[in-house]
Amino acid sequence: MATVYIDNKPYPVNPQENLLHQCLSLGFNLPYFCWHPALGSVGACRQCAVKHFKDEHDTQGKIVMACVTAAVDGTRISIDDPEAASFRAGVIEGLMLNHPHDCPVCDEGGECHLQDMTVMTGLAHRRYRFEKRTFRNQDLGPLVNHEMNRCIQCYRCVRFYRDYAGGKDLNSFSLHDTVFFGRERDGVLESEFAGNLVEVCPTGVFTDKTLKQHYTRKWDQLFAPSVCVHCGTGCNTSVGERYGTVRRTVNRYNHEVNGYFLCDRGRFGYEFVNSERRIREPRLRGEPAAPETAIEHLRRAVAHGGAVGIGSPRASLESNFALRSLVGAGRFFCGIADGEASLIRLMLDILRTKPVRVPTLQEIELSDAVLVLGEDVANTAPRIALSLRQSVRQSSFDIANKLKIPLWLDNGVRDAAQDRRSPLFVLATQATRIDEIATETFRAAPDDLARVGFEIGKSVIGPDSGAGGIGCDLVNEISTALKNAKRPLVISGSSCGSAAVIQAAANIAQAYGAALYYTLPECNTIGAALMGGGSLTSAFDLIRNGYADTLIVLENDLYRRAPRAEVDPLLEKVPHLIVLDSLVNDTSAKAELLLPAATFAESDGTFVSSEGRAQRFFQAFVPGDPIRESWRWLTDESWTRLDDVLAALAREIPELGRARDAAPSAAFRMAGAKIPRAPHRYSGRTAMLANITVSEPKPPDDPDSPLSFSMEGTEDKPPGPLIPFFWSPGWNSIQATNFYQKEVAGPLRGGDPGVRLIEPGQSNGKSYFSEIPEPFSPRQGEWLMIPINHIFGSDELSLSAPAIAELAPGPYVAIGSNGFAHESEVSVTIADETFRLPVRIRPELPAGIAGLSYGIPPVVGIRLPQFGKIEKIS
Amino acid sequence: MFSILRTTGRVFLHMFHRRVTVQYPEQKPYLAPRYRGRIILSRDPDGGERCVACYLCAVACPVDCIALQATEDETGRRYPEFFRINFSRCIFCGYCEEACPTYAIQLTPDFEMGEFHRENLVYEKEDLLINGPGKYPGYNFWNVAGVKIGGKDKGEAELEAPPVDVQSLMP
Repeated sequence: MATVYIDNKPYPVNPQENLLHQCLSLGFNLPYFCWHPALGSVGACRQCAVKHFKDEHDTQGKIVMACVTAAVDGTRISIDDPEAASFRAGVIEGLMLNHPHDCPVCDEGGECHLQDMTVMTGLAHRRYRFEKRTFRNQDLGPLVNHEMNRCIQCYRCVRFYRDYAGGKDLNSFSLHDTVFFGRERDGVLESEFAGNLVEVCPTGVFTDKTLKQHYTRKWDQLFAPSVCVHCGTGCNTSVGERYGTVRRTVNRYNHEVNGYFLCDRGRFGYEFVNSERRIREPRLRGEPAAPETAIEHLRRAVAHGGAVGIGSPRASLESNFALRSLVGAGRFFCGIADGEASLIRLMLDILRTKPVRVPTLQEIELSDAVLVLGEDVANTAPRIALSLRQSVRQSSFDIANKLKIPLWLDNGVRDAAQDRRSPLFVLATQATRIDEIATETFRAAPDDLARVGFEIGKSVIGPDSGAGGIGCDLVNEISTALKNAKRPLVISGSSCGSAAVIQAAANIAQAYGAALYYTLPECNTIGAALMGGGSLTSAFDLIRNGYADTLIVLENDLYRRAPRAEVDPLLEKVPHLIVLDSLVNDTSAKAELLLPAATFAESDGTFVSSEGRAQRFFQAFVPGDPIRESWRWLTDESWTRLDDVLAALAREIPELGRARDAAPSAAFRMAGAKIPRAPHRYSGRTAMLANITVSEPKPPDDPDSPLSFSMEGTEDKPPGPLIPFFWSPGWNSIQATNFYQKEVAGPLRGGDPGVRLIEPGQSNGKSYFSEIPEPFSPRQGEWLMIPINHIFGSDELSLSAPAIAELAPGPYVAIGSNGFAHESEVSVTIADETFRLPVRIRPELPAGIAGLSYGIPPVVGIRLPQFGKIEKIS
Repeated sequence: MFSILRTTGRVFLHMFHRRVTVQYPEQKPYLAPRYRGRIILSRDPDGGERCVACYLCAVACPVDCIALQATEDETGRRYPEFFRINFSRCIFCGYCEEACPTYAIQLTPDFEMGEFHRENLVYEKEDLLINGPGKYPGYNFWNVAGVKIGGKDKGEAELEAPPVDVQSLMP
């Protein structure tokens, strides 16, 4: 700790940081633009000027930029100094010369960093009376809107897009006062993290195009702390609602998980909540039914005995548990496809018994040697790919440390390191988007990847297995890199569909003492797996053999879990099919009783992420009457509040008991008050429902959480898991996050949200997996079909969001070449099903391997990898 | 005794004072143009809706009696999809007019809004919109804003330079 005197008062500061960082951490209002906690300092905008004094006798002082001045012990600065203050006001006035008179029609208005900073410097009137510069905008696709006139040339967008997220197609053009940020020509932004520009841009150049379609100011939305439902990473989000529809999703800072950034699937996937395909009322045999009738029907079907329940990896722990309690643990089945379920059990087993630690995303960013084995992380868990892009910078930090360049000095560190990156090895079945930052890539069939994996493990564990020449140099290189690393990491997952790959990854992690992260496809895959329950096949068997006459399917489309040929006869055979879901799908279309389930935005619950972190998500709004949380449909009268379910869960399944601690209980109060979901300027309360009833109804009660559905409540900053939105006096934009952290860019005050349920097992000697698969040999006339994941398309829910659906590819088959023409139609026969699909040539696919677009209807429910035939259609 | 006579005298003198009682409703009182009465939504000089649905009136309203929803036409011109004022809550403070950046919302010298049913005091956009610019003739927000809308391209607003050619290398 060093001491810095700010306006003659001593403050303890961290000497490793710059003055701006420390002033903000101490709670001072010091304006800035080009600096961003995650992007570091470049000193470009000259906005954070402070007066720097030599010593206590110096009355003259000199103006320095706080963001590029180290917080050295004994530094004396003044923020309030009139000269520094007028310098800052002058800079803003300069930036505002060309800024258009747009605030009323700008989507950033009310949460604009430029507005906040302008007000902070006291600039109230524009003296400039001359012509303003204008630009033409570009169409950047369905996610991000471009309004270039508003730009203040802080360069944060290109620094994030290119330097941080590795995008290539956004850049600065032109020169002097006409610098332009955009693409070379109109077109969809290629980076899957482009949506973050909305938050990174300090003004309204890049705004959320989905929000624009139903625009609402930040102050008018009811926010709820939420968790992304579109993959297993468990990024924290804030969901905003107005007039009964979800308006947008923004990032919710969690130091250990997503930090400041989300992927575009997570940010724009929310639109499925407003979909036309929502189930909005109970339906009994296709006819609308009253909720009471529906519940009575459900009760009778269950009381009759012989009900079987199938849970879901995209339903909350609470809903799964309610179903399990309703049908009985013995008749509850895990709603994950069989092949995948066994892989997940294997992973859980590894993580619980082997002495390997699952890293947080924060720890992934700090890893200095990474091996990705058999997973296309950029598509299955995109936020992790962004963390990996930071992890390869570890070597540049070493170089910077040697040259005594402070790590926050972004340009300095990048210039010193040039293209040097820490080792990252990507071993996958196909090309991935992080290949470009990889030290080496290697592509092979899943079995061959596993063999290389085992070989890497062997170089520490023991004798050479003679796996036979596959990438021997590569094995040595990876082995050396992992051995030399201080914080090595292995990433694998279920998308290869290979147990051997998972075991090989575990061997490596255990042998090299590396952290081990398995990416999982859905938001509660781990939770559903920990809940237990038999395999899907055993559930099907029970029904097929007539041991069950009622099937209850919880938020699950069975056609995505098992082949059509199996599900069709099953749903025909079962006398009573009860489905709870939020969107119409093939399973719900066959239901005898269909119950409208609340989505993540309309319910409270807990998800367990791939990291094993149980995180609570909260209801943003109360949906129309018949829509309820699944657990509320399934419970008898004994559970009335979420806490009742969690208490029962803790009693029944002790391993999941700690999920209760993911957030404070509903009884939590701050100085006797609830936490408001609405910002204190929330408007229209006495008019928004006046067309229906002129006497304002009381805001709904929330028995499940300590949050209120209004602006009434505490004015204090709530603890981490309960922060609905970030706001601080004078800071209306998302930059207010600075004031919720212990130190800027550090953990949240009161702790980061979530409880880790899986801790490393005790070291059990030298038990390694040793079942090395045979090398893959291509078959004549057949292809091994592997799944090819897509950030836009492979996730069931976000595919119902129009903007995401627009970017999703149609179903296709990818082939190396073998004489097929690109985009030609072929007939693909796999698992007794035949599809006509267009061909995409992907030359990097190994011989004998073809890829099938994963999760994109109608090619769903097929167990992959599996051999199939491809025939040309003449 | 004296005080009774004095009071009687004063009352008597009032018979010769000018009368202040106005015989409303037969006789209408004078209301200044800036009187804060019934709220209206005005139009641009060219007849378009002035309101750009910025939500500033709604947030300025101390009794929260204004609710609206923004939407855009196909050319990018923003306007309210619905605009509702609950006059049974309105206190005619005029903050909405003060907050309005486009002179769209204006208070008028009309207070005769009595109703027997509160529901009738809920005014929708159709009830609020008038066919003229109200107190501020000539002002058109879109002429000073930087966004492009139908009929006004980039660089065509007041005091705007033509759009920059970003492909040019000329200094």
